[in-house]
This record gives sequence, structure tokens and C-alpha cells, in this order.
Amino acid sequence: MRIPVLKTYKIYIGGEFPRTESGRYYELKNKKGDLIANLCLSSRKDLRNAIVAARGVQHKWAGKTAYNKGQILYRIAEMLEGRKAQFVDELIQLGYSAKDAELEVLESVDRLIYYAGWSDKYTQLFSTVNPVAGPYFNFSKPEPTGVVVAQAPNNAPLSGLVSQIAPIIVGGNTCVVIADELSGTVAVSFAEVLHSSDVPGGVVNILTGKTEEILPHASKHMDVNAVWFTDLSKELAVSVETDAALNVKRIVNTNYKKWTKEDAQSPYLIQEFQEIKTTWHPIGM
Amino acid sequence: MAHSNEMGAPLDFKGLWQYDAAPEDKSQVKIAPRYNHFINGKFVEPDSGEYFDTISPSTEEKLSEIALANENDVDKAVKAARKAQKDWAKLPGKERGKYLFRIARLMQERARAFSVIESMDGGKPIRESRDVDVPLAAAHFFYYAGWADKLEYAYPGKKASPKGVAGQIIPWNFPLLMAAWKLAPALATGNTVVLKPAETTPLTSMFLAELIRDAGIPDGVVNIVNGMGATGAALVNHPDINKIAFTGSTPVGKFIQKALAGRDVSYTLELGGKAANIIFEDAPIDQAVEGIINGIFFNQGHVCCAGSRLFVQESVANEVMRKLKYRIDTLVVGDPLDKNTDIGAINSKKQLDKINELIQAGIDEGGQVYKANVSTPDKGFWCAPTLFTEVSQAHRIVNEEIFGPVLTIQTFRTPDEAIKKANNTAFGLSGGVWTDKGAKIFNVTSQLRAGVIWANTYNKFDPTSPFGGYKESGMGREGGLHGLTPYVNLD
Repeated sequence: MRIPVLKTYKIYIGGEFPRTESGRYYELKNKKGDLIANLCLSSRKDLRNAIVAARGVQHKWAGKTAYNKGQILYRIAEMLEGRKAQFVDELIQLGYSAKDAELEVLESVDRLIYYAGWSDKYTQLFSTVNPVAGPYFNFSKPEPTGVVVAQAPNNAPLSGLVSQIAPIIVGGNTCVVIADELSGTVAVSFAEVLHSSDVPGGVVNILTGKTEEILPHASKHMDVNAVWFTDLSKELAVSVETDAALNVKRIVNTNYKKWTKEDAQSPYLIQEFQEIKTTWHPIGM
Repeated sequence: MAHSNEMGAPLDFKGLWQYDAAPEDKSQVKIAPRYNHFINGKFVEPDSGEYFDTISPSTEEKLSEIALANENDVDKAVKAARKAQKDWAKLPGKERGKYLFRIARLMQERARAFSVIESMDGGKPIRESRDVDVPLAAAHFFYYAGWADKLEYAYPGKKASPKGVAGQIIPWNFPLLMAAWKLAPALATGNTVVLKPAETTPLTSMFLAELIRDAGIPDGVVNIVNGMGATGAALVNHPDINKIAFTGSTPVGKFIQKALAGRDVSYTLELGGKAANIIFEDAPIDQAVEGIINGIFFNQGHVCCAGSRLFVQESVANEVMRKLKYRIDTLVVGDPLDKNTDIGAINSKKQLDKINELIQAGIDEGGQVYKANVSTPDKGFWCAPTLFTEVSQAHRIVNEEIFGPVLTIQTFRTPDEAIKKANNTAFGLSGGVWTDKGAKIFNVTSQLRAGVIWANTYNKFDPTSPFGGYKESGMGREGGLHGLTPYVNLD
């Protein structure tokens, strides 16, 4: 009889898979109470490291052509499709039926392709050439906000994660995602997909642990530009929004009942993490 | 402020400098001895029973023979497209998009083979087919794949539905790229297609047919038939076509527009050009000279948007002329498969004859000719880069599209004069402006009557960027958001 080899789940920062610097862990259990895996209980320091990593590559990531970013998102979809079986297994461990697990994975693949397609199009949608009353060529176009911290929803282990990451990074932002505590295995496995998809290290960073512990530090962090939270308690939401005012972070509070449905995808989610820049240029001789 | 290089002698490329041959390997490429029509997902023999040869313009060797489509073949292809159209349009946009992404990916995978075949069949330098034609063709599919499920954002408040069956006729100067420009937006929006490649360059389209089959695109969605003008006419005149997309010469475009008069068939035409490339005295001259070279000699000048009329401000005319002559003497004309080659073979004997006729007309009408001091191979069809000065707006070579490596050069004193001369043409496809002054760029570009203007660059293309002409250079746009419009009905 062969003994299966179990996987060590670690966090994803700057293109590497370290353990949490705190050495802490939590036990992820299935409904029967059996241990699925030990997961990193990420700390404030892990968050800060992740933000440094995200900031470090943001400029370079934003500078890649839209075509290139689109192909990278498409590549993530290719990699995810190829690892469908692994994700279905992990979702079944979390209590999903085989059918629901498959839907969760396939819709996540399609979501990535959806946003891959937007990469070289959202600019065409959200830009304008403005007919100002004077001899000026005047145009407005979106540019990425910067570093975004996202809190993954608790009702969509993979589709929620993907539906947040894709619109954030396709717009040239980098991000730190705080995975849902009860689906950390899927989040870490998705980091492995990202890692093999030509996504530069640091563009996406994924932490496992307790949202209520990590997120308040993110909303206070002075080098974060935006926070996307999904399903916080009223109290925590107010506190995050209040702290966001410290450096005028953009706050997005959007959640969906079913993240696999098409209403959880939209170019306006890309726009949430964009600034509009207007340029004036004289016309003359 | 004269720089020593400006006054010095030109570099002697013929003496000490010699390039070793650096040919691209063609052993990986398998060209079949014969290609049939691609109709309803299968390669079928022609009703006519006839085949025509496709040759390499650089060696004059036969590469393969191609089925010739008569009216019956065209009819079969249109019927296959019609039969497939309903289901193709019914497919959810995101699934249709996935098929197009597959085409893009397969094309990237087979990119080198496509480039080698393109250069063998059409004569263009491998550097261009490898770095421009093929990657751009794949990029077009990638771009329009993404639109397939997003049309509600392209036309807010309207429902976009496909036109139906599109007949698409493409030219020989960018065979695969033009196929991509035509197919990608048509397929993304739910149309099915009958494509007719040009008779001198059918091979990459046949490789594309194999790719489309391998991508699992449903039968009949893309059909490809080959032939001469009569085949194209059969497609245009077919009673069950909803749309014609044509890229080619202005005379044929006019013929198509006439043929479609009174019929419920929409059409887009991307026709000839005679672009003005305007160099102001405040331009970065060395950069402008490179831009002039790229503008007119890219793809042997077989480019509808070629910068074939150069306008130079008088104060810098001598400097530009001197540098231009030095520069064209260094161009490498020869084997399209050689990576050193700047200018490959003229696409066909017929085209070479036309170019030579116009060069002679230029000389007869009093133009001063300067032919680059370059060597050309013995076999094949070649034309050395050619400059003409002492020409006026009245000369044939200034008015007619030559579609070869021939540049006419005129001077001007004021911006107004440049703009007037530039617009004094029946064409209006493209133009170039060279100046360091941004304000002047926007002033001049806004006054030029042409569909694409490059400022301090030339011959740039991108799937996100619309392309097409004013006036007799055609109607409709290909590329970008605007490139979707010709293929949809809006309700």
C-alpha cells in the first residue's frame, strides 16, 4: 500500500512561498471535523511584506502592454483548466458536491478569459477625447490606482478569488488578497497556478489567516491605495472605511450571492481601481 | 552646427562591409504539391477541375498548385457558410470567443512556419513576416476574441446581431495579416465567411485553413476558395451574400461598389493610397530619414498606406536628400528568407511591369531619377529602391499609386503649402508628419484628409487601432472598436 504525500500549504508573497514569519498556524477541518490541512495564520508583518512586494512591481506591471497583460491572464486560464481535477478535489474536501465543484472551477476559468479579453478594451470604453472650447487636444484615459488589498468572500473559494484578482490586475494594479479562512487550501493552490502562468512575482500576493486580524492593518497601511472587501461584519466594515481615510484609500464594497454567475463580472469592476488622467496639449504652429 | 557625419562621405557597404548569408531554415516547412478548396470544414476538389500555379517571386520556382474556384465552387462555399451561420451566431459569445483565442494561440505556435511560407510565396523579407505580419495576425484574433462576449459594451442601448454571410476578398501584400483583419471581427460577431485570397499568395491562407480545421472551428464557419478576378466577381455577385469586405486597388473597389448598387449587401472597401509624408525643418532629421525609408520601402512599397509622396521643407531639403541617398545605398535587396534582407522580391512579374512602366513615365515626364546602388539577384522579380525629384503635382508618378519601392520628393515652404499639396490627391488613406513641435503635429494632422496619420513614426499597426481611408481610399474601418461595426446590425 502506498502512503499518499500530503501538501504543505504556505502563503504567496513576491513570487515565493514562505511560511508565515509568525510561525503560527490554524487547522482547516472538513464538516466531519477531520483535518484537511494546517494553514498559515498570517501576521501583520506578512501583510507588510506582501504590500512591499506588490508596490515594488506595480510600476513595471502597469507598464506591460495591454496585449501582454491580456495574454498573461489567458495563460492563467490555460493553467487552471489543466489543473481542474486538483481544484475539484480540494473543493470536494471543503464540502462541495462534485457538480458544484466543477462549476466553480470552470466558471473561474471563463472569468479569467473574460477579463483577458478586457485587457486591451476597457481603455477604449473608459477614455474620451474631449472637445474643449479652445485649440487644445484634450483626452482622458484610465490609469491604475496602485496597490489594492482584497478580502476574498467566504462563499466562493475559487470564483470569488479569481473574480477579484482579475479585474484588479488586468488594470495594471497589483494586489494582496486575504483568503477566506475556511477555503485557504484552494487559495494557496491558485497561487501555484499564478506562479506557473508568467504572472511576475509580487503582482498577486495571497495570505491565509483571519480577516478580522489582518484587514484592519491593511486599511491603516499608508502605502495601500484601495481596499475591496466583500462580506465583513458591519462593525469591521465601518472601521475599515474609517481607517481608509488616513490616506484617502478607495473603498469598494461589492459582494455577490453567486460569484459564478455573470453578474459578478463587469468592466466597471476594472474601473473601480482606475484613476482618470486628463492631458491638455496645444494645437498650433 | 554641422556634425562631421553629416558632411562626411557615406559608409562604403560595398567594399569592406559584407554580409554573410543568414537564410531562415525552410526545412521545417512542408508545402503540399497541391491545395484544394476549404469548404464546409473539408478540403475539396474544384468543380472546374482546374488548378493554377503559385510561384516564389524570388526564385520563379513553382511552390504548389491551387484549386481554381468557378461560380459553382463559390456557390458551394456560400451555401456552406449560410448553413453554418445560424448555429455559429447562436453559440454564446464567450464560447465563440474561445474558438478565436484558439486560432490566435495555434498561430503563435506555428508562427515561424507561417512566416517562412509568407516570405517564400509573397517575396517579403523574413524579418517583416516574422516580426510584423504573423504576430500581428495572431494579435488580431486575440483582440477580437475578447469582443465576442462584450458587444453590449461596444453598442450600449442597442442589440448587435451578425450581418450573416460575409464574402471577403484580400490582397497579396499582407496575405495572412489581411485574412486575420477580415476573419477575426467577422467571426467574433457571429458571421460566417467565404474568403478569397489573392492569386499570387494563396499559401498562408491554406495553412490557415488547416489551422482552422485543427482548432475545431465548426464546419462551414470559414470557407476559403482561390482564384483570379472572376472568382472574386462570382463572390461579389452571389445572391446570398450579406456583406462584402474588400481590400485591394481603387479600380476594383469601384467595380465592387457598382456591382453592389441596389442590392441589400453592405460593404467595406480598403483601397489604394498615395500618402504624403511631410518633413518639417524642425524634425529630428536622422529619425525622419529612417521614417521615410520605413514609410516607402517597407514590404517593397507594396503597402496601401506607404508614404510614397515625400514633402520636405525647403530649408532642410538638401540635407534630407543627401542622407536619403546614402541610406538607400545601404539597403540590402535580395533573398526574402535572408535575415539581412531589407527589401525582398516584387510580388509578381505583372506588378514589376507596372512599377517599371510608371518609373519610365516619371522619366519621360521630366523627373530626375536616383536608383539605389544595390545589387539584385539574377532570377526573380526585383526593383532597386528609387527616388524621384523634380516632379510636380501633375505627374503620373505623383498621382497614381505605384505600389512599389518608388518615392517622389517635392519641397514646400510653409505648413499651409504642405497641407494643400498633401491633400491634393484622390486618395486619403494615410499620412506622416515629422516635427519636434507637438502643437504643430495636432494642427497638421487635423487638416490632413486621411484615415491614419503617423506623427514622428510611420507604418505602425495594432489590432486595437482602427485603419481605413477617406475619399477614394475606401470606406469603413478595420481594427479596434470601430472594426466591429461593419459586421453587425444594430437593433
